[in-house]
Amino acid sequence: MNMKTTTKKPFNLRVGSTITGKWHKNAYFINHVLGAGAIGTVYLAKSHAGPVAIKISENNITVTSEVNVLKILSPAQGKTLGPRLIDVDDIEIDGKIIPFYVMEYIEGVDFFRFAQYYGPGWVVKLTVALLDNLHQLHKQGWIFGDLKPENIIVEARTLLVRFVDVGGTTRQGRAIKEFTEYFDRGFWGIGSRKAEPSYDLFAIAMMMINTIHGKKVIKKEGGIKQLQTIIGQNGETKKISKVLMKALQGQYKDANEMKIELETYVDKNLSLRRSRKAQEKKRKRRSSLLEVAAVLAIAIGTYYFYMFY
Amino acid sequence: MKTPTIKQILLITDGCSNKGENPSSVAFDAYQKGITVNVIGVLDHDTIDEKGMSEIESIASAGGGVHQVVYTQQLSKTVQMVTRQSMNQTIQGVVNKQLQNILGKNMTIENLSPEKRGEIMEVVEDLGETSKMDILVLIDTSASMNQKLNTVKEALFDLSISLNARTGNNRFSVLLFPGKRSDVDVALEWTDGLDSLNRIFRKIEMRGITPTGPALREAIDHFSPTLNLNSPSDYEYENYYEETI
Repeated sequence: MNMKTTTKKPFNLRVGSTITGKWHKNAYFINHVLGAGAIGTVYLAKSHAGPVAIKISENNITVTSEVNVLKILSPAQGKTLGPRLIDVDDIEIDGKIIPFYVMEYIEGVDFFRFAQYYGPGWVVKLTVALLDNLHQLHKQGWIFGDLKPENIIVEARTLLVRFVDVGGTTRQGRAIKEFTEYFDRGFWGIGSRKAEPSYDLFAIAMMMINTIHGKKVIKKEGGIKQLQTIIGQNGETKKISKVLMKALQGQYKDANEMKIELETYVDKNLSLRRSRKAQEKKRKRRSSLLEVAAVLAIAIGTYYFYMFY
Repeated sequence: MKTPTIKQILLITDGCSNKGENPSSVAFDAYQKGITVNVIGVLDHDTIDEKGMSEIESIASAGGGVHQVVYTQQLSKTVQMVTRQSMNQTIQGVVNKQLQNILGKNMTIENLSPEKRGEIMEVVEDLGETSKMDILVLIDTSASMNQKLNTVKEALFDLSISLNARTGNNRFSVLLFPGKRSDVDVALEWTDGLDSLNRIFRKIEMRGITPTGPALREAIDHFSPTLNLNSPSDYEYENYYEETI
């Protein structure tokens, strides 16, 4: 959550400094800030094994609970849904103990930017993959919670979708820990904040609408009526309105059911050609991304085991 | 470990008190009775006078709570964040007490290795999910707050959606100050939802004075006069009881 306040600033590390953990004695060189919120800051850093992302926050509860979630998201076998957890430690600065954790740095673009670049066809295709990931997570008894385009990264090398920022991930049946208003069914007056698969599926539908339209709409009266109107205002969302409406109203029993229905709308001839909007920009990158598309075609249907550096 | 009842006062105001007892002093008394006092300052523009700011800070600090100053549009997020943060602090305090009973005086969650901390945090989260919560919302309805009240209402309704998704039970009560004839009016008696907020907010008239201290005093009294199981020192007694095996 970002908010302007007059209260104290969150704790910050100096770019260019090196930190060493109190318990495990690993050293990290701080490159630059990747993102900052009210609860903490994420840095790109260098470790002996290559680039990593470091999250640091004075809020012990947040750090520890996110670490617990990352451990669950990184099973020993199978694909990793979130960033792989590498280290958890404290640093001592001016007598103050500040916790941090180190995770795999996932290189790629966020879901929103990717969709703006390659068009609505990819929103459908990537969401199918996303629903697959979600179903895995749900089967393990967890709900992602804070689903939004910024929290989904399309990995540059593999075009796989990965979850980042797992702060909202909540055990099923409990109250959602963190959420973002626009993607929250409570905010729209359509349901509770209980962690259940349908909570995530609502957010997925909102994400699709948001990324296809390329903008957020202002909540007026809220409710399913307003959302239905919004879906009807764009040809691309109108096409898949049956799926969107079911997801928004909690009518899918699980992510897999939604995935199967959405799959029928995937464009078979989808290519990594930039959408008209993005045509003008970045001519050079096209050829390299087409190569990636070829790799993807081979990899479809199998799991890609992501090797870290 | 017994599930604690968490008692919070959430004070929503935009400025300085100008009548009666010093509010920070009352907040201190509240905390001694096991009631945490959180304060949210609501701004219109970029300005808040220093006096108002320092009063907000010192009430929260005396009341063992959290404070945050925000613009009206961010109120919903802030109300939830402050409530949650404060709840976690209370629970962490309880857990720290337990840890000290088991592991010795200077042992707190921060001093544990990250691995141990992870296990303890699951306990903290469990308690956060299952604890009972009593939240008394104390709203400043003096003249300058008037345009903001609609946002306050939405923020509170949103808070009840979040809290009611928990397994533990909640009770809410809403007090407004200044009241019609006294310092405080009880707008909503203890109830488990905030659905009836609409009715309350329709009747509000604006007034000039801001009796924050006396209002806090009445808020303390409004918590049920039954046995106070929330006081920090009471947890120590648990060690005197032995469980049947």
